[in-house]
Amino acid sequence: MTDSVETTMPQNDIEVLSGVERVKRKIRDAVPPILLFLLFIGLWYLVTFGVLSEDRRWLLPPPHQVVVEGFFVPETLAEILNGLWQSTKVAFVGLTLAFLFGFSMALAMSQAKWIERSLYPWAVASQTVPILALVPMIGFWFGFGVTARIIVCFIIALFPIVINSLTGLLSADRGLHSLFTLHSASRRTRAVRLQIPSALPHIFTGLRTAAGLSVIGAIVGDFFFGRGEPGLGLLLDKYASRLQSEELFSTVFVACLLGIVVFWGFGLVGRRTVGNWDPYWADDGQT
Amino acid sequence: MDETIISFEDVSVRFGTITAVNSFSATVEIKEFVSLVGPSGCGKSTVLRLASGLTEPTTGSISRATDNIGYVFQDATLMPWRTVRGNIELLGELEKMDRTERQARADEVLALVGLTDFQDHYPLALSGGMKMRASLARALLLEPDLFLFDEPFGSLDQISRAKLNEELMALYVTKQFASIFVTHSVDEAVFLTTRVLVMCSRPGKIVAEFHVPFDYPRDPTIKYGSEFTKIAGSVAEALKDAS
Repeated sequence: MTDSVETTMPQNDIEVLSGVERVKRKIRDAVPPILLFLLFIGLWYLVTFGVLSEDRRWLLPPPHQVVVEGFFVPETLAEILNGLWQSTKVAFVGLTLAFLFGFSMALAMSQAKWIERSLYPWAVASQTVPILALVPMIGFWFGFGVTARIIVCFIIALFPIVINSLTGLLSADRGLHSLFTLHSASRRTRAVRLQIPSALPHIFTGLRTAAGLSVIGAIVGDFFFGRGEPGLGLLLDKYASRLQSEELFSTVFVACLLGIVVFWGFGLVGRRTVGNWDPYWADDGQT
Repeated sequence: MDETIISFEDVSVRFGTITAVNSFSATVEIKEFVSLVGPSGCGKSTVLRLASGLTEPTTGSISRATDNIGYVFQDATLMPWRTVRGNIELLGELEKMDRTERQARADEVLALVGLTDFQDHYPLALSGGMKMRASLARALLLEPDLFLFDEPFGSLDQISRAKLNEELMALYVTKQFASIFVTHSVDEAVFLTTRVLVMCSRPGKIVAEFHVPFDYPRDPTIKYGSEFTKIAGSVAEALKDAS
């Protein structure tokens, strides 16, 4: 090949978004959800002051009152922040265990068909058995404290991690597999240099889904396993039973925020890790 | 031609009840550039897999004078998570080549395929032609004695394809590797190679063979000459009969 190749190389083959274009794109993406949020707040006020009579307004207190009662009363704020911390810990530990176990399971399944055939039905079963049916058993074995809540998170987060990791590990290019075979690569080399990197986009997709689910698991777990430090779920239960609607709504808001932050955080990690080379994550992984 | 680099002796391959290749016999000499044309599904790719050892023959035998084989697939099959340089160094890593030597070899083949300025780009940012150049460079790293091309330019547009044909020919002139080049394009086969083998389908076997007498390096304008047209016409006729 000659040097002339370089001069004929079409530069426009490489899509490079300029800084201004990136900002424009971000604004374009951000405007619709913000408008919808404002519309939602407007509707909220409309229902509170236009539909509900004053004596029934506790059913839907106005947004500003929720903010004031929930976040500007020091005792309530401390209680909610502590609940947030407890739930975050439970969700994080459950997710970490689910990832370690789920990824190992997927890796084992990707190495031999018989392992896949043995484990896959159980991975599916973990998804199909309703978690509520397991609650009494989990309490019976692990008590009604933090451990039980972590187990709930673990079970609920396991399936997306296993399935996405397995799909990724098995999706490595066949031609590349052939090259590894031609050059007598060991099973370990094939896994480390081909299958695991190839699976990363799928792994992050699974992790992001699982992270959202583990937050749900941590909050739902609180409803059934009430011992120990209260998480957001226990606070929701407490505020609802005492008709403290402002505190209830602010706790719901914090729970939603936790879910959003977790989803966004894993999205960010995914984009930073594989966004350079994976078309899905390069496109922000939003779809 | 003085020495055989690979020889197929009455090779057949069966996948279950389907006979993919039947009684396939052929030889390729050192430094010989042979092309294999035939209708879709006639077993051309299976012949390449047999040549590389990725597929074992059901009957017959294959003798190969080298294990240093370069394989270029229909798709570029680059690792999207590695840069162009990372992809090119892959086979050196698998063969546990010394790092300094590997990097020096990568520099050389990057320059050879004109990708030096793009060595830090990920495949996502490359055009189809550039990806295929990177794929060629990856195979060149180990200086293979035998190259297997599985219709490498089939997915490219006509202009890129013609350009890469010329570049591959220049590489062949420089490196003098033996090759089996699978293609659907009669023009490509006649322009690039010294011998064209025509395969028929189900079961695949060789039904015609044509020698191409032009000296290397070949100028693209030979395609407009009467001799080229005559050979290409004969190959096309044989291909039509084989389909």
